[in-house]
Amino acid sequence: QESQASGLPEYIKIVEVGPRDGLQNEKVIVPTDIKIELINQLSRTGLPAIEVTSFVSSKWVPQMADHKEVMRGIERHPGVQYPVLTPNLQGFHSAIAAGATEVSVFGAASESFRKMNINCSIEESIEKFEEVAKSARNMNIPVRGYVSCALGCPYEGNIIPAKVAEVSKRLYSMGCYEISLGDTIGVGTPGSMKRMLEAVMKEIPLSALAVHCHDTYGQALANILTAIQMGVAVVDSSVAGLGGCPYAKGSTGNVATEDVIYMLNGLGVNTGVNLYTVMEAGNFICTALNKKTNSKVAQASFNTGTI
Amino acid sequence: SSQNVVPTPVKISLINMLSETGLQVIEATSFVSPKWVPQMADHTEVMQGINKLPGISYPVLTPNLKGFQAAVAAGAKEVSIFGAASELFTKKNINCSIEESLERFDEVMTAARAASIPVRGYVSCVLGCPYEGKISAAKVAEVSKKMYSMGCYEISLGDTIGIGTPGSMREMLTAVMKEVPVGALAVHCHDTYGQALANILVALQMGVNVVDASVAGLGGCPYAQGASGNVATEDLVYMLNGLGIHTGGDPQKLMDTGTFICNALNRRTNSKVSQASCRL
Repeated sequence: QESQASGLPEYIKIVEVGPRDGLQNEKVIVPTDIKIELINQLSRTGLPAIEVTSFVSSKWVPQMADHKEVMRGIERHPGVQYPVLTPNLQGFHSAIAAGATEVSVFGAASESFRKMNINCSIEESIEKFEEVAKSARNMNIPVRGYVSCALGCPYEGNIIPAKVAEVSKRLYSMGCYEISLGDTIGVGTPGSMKRMLEAVMKEIPLSALAVHCHDTYGQALANILTAIQMGVAVVDSSVAGLGGCPYAKGSTGNVATEDVIYMLNGLGVNTGVNLYTVMEAGNFICTALNKKTNSKVAQASFNTGTI
Repeated sequence: SSQNVVPTPVKISLINMLSETGLQVIEATSFVSPKWVPQMADHTEVMQGINKLPGISYPVLTPNLKGFQAAVAAGAKEVSIFGAASELFTKKNINCSIEESLERFDEVMTAARAASIPVRGYVSCVLGCPYEGKISAAKVAEVSKKMYSMGCYEISLGDTIGIGTPGSMREMLTAVMKEVPVGALAVHCHDTYGQALANILVALQMGVNVVDASVAGLGGCPYAQGASGNVATEDLVYMLNGLGIHTGGDPQKLMDTGTFICNALNRRTNSKVSQASCRL
């Protein structure tokens, strides 16, 4: 009713990336049992998708070294997806062996970012993902595609919308069911979000698009609002805003799931998620990490004694 | 609302620095009794001590006729009065009803009119009240209309506890815009629940073009200990620049001013833009 009157989607799917993207960018190495407990708590909140871990070499990402144990150790709630990152075919096979039923691959709209991150060009990385996508297709495993640096790059600066559209189209054509457009360094604003989405929407159907906004410059909720006003109905976020920005030391990264849900609730948009239980999961992991939450909703709620 | 009383010279330096950033309106102080608000006890010294640059307005709060007269004597050329959309909030704050509070302001309005001094009206609790909870959009419209009719040239609608979302902002503005022209409206959003920029975006989309903000996001929320309050000017200007909206505010000078006052207060900035920019 309220959401329809304002032209917003009736339902928005929240993809919770805290256990992977969030923890990956936290300095403290989290014990396996804590990760499993966090994911189990998140499974009870109504979140439809929780990114569990990354099947990447522990040499590169020590935080994710326990990917097999986590994948095997978590409760699998019916109706909840548990995607995992698989940067290559080896990771993909390992993920399937550990019980994964959905995987994600990462593209980028910036050559420099690609080179600095995994030392190859966008084209070469897409070829690697094509192998993963092919195997996934044979096994009926859905693949989600991420495009990093969609609104700006720490090395190249401005990224043209046409490039984002081009990379998105490549990932979609190889079989990714959804493309998550990431403002990796949080530099975007509602202006650049709109221009980028307009370009991408020419190539990819709206229903296959998601936004992954970082809050490094405090713009995340305004950017997400812009995206959902344009009809995007999938939003990535991280419980307690876990995961700082590796390109701006000490700055925030992921937008907090609690703050996103607060906004969507206020807009009359259905998410199926219980804000209170997400705040509890956020409180759990912040206590374990011995850090303050990055969620303003959680801060305000704890401080007014609402919790 | 910072906890330590800030020395007068620091306040004056802050305002002088803000005057160099391109901002056109800087709320300087409050002519309220020091018994109530010790932080503003030096209102006369501040008003007389700052550089008043041409083209910039330095409004001050005047809760009653006495404060108004003191303000004008100290050189004020614009004043602000505060109403609220919540009866309980008004009772708890100034121990009277909304109606009575507006009657008190009538004296200020009459004196201001006689002295050709413009008056800005604030309405608190427009998207929620710490005591009453939900506030009806119709009530906000009613109070706004009264204050506009009394002669306020602009009505600043304040989400005092930051509880609003783009949904409630839209609903409230729709009601208010039936009674007050959009050109006379401003929004004053608090970021206590992280919703400020999204709420401001919606207001802009509906035609509002005056936005209140606080450098470095100074000013916590007295109703949620430790939570943030005002939205940071730096973060607001970042968004508006990205939207191609002209403000005149220089981002670097704003950040430098924020750094100055945070050092003086020995605290971290609440501006994410400032936090991110220092580290890159």
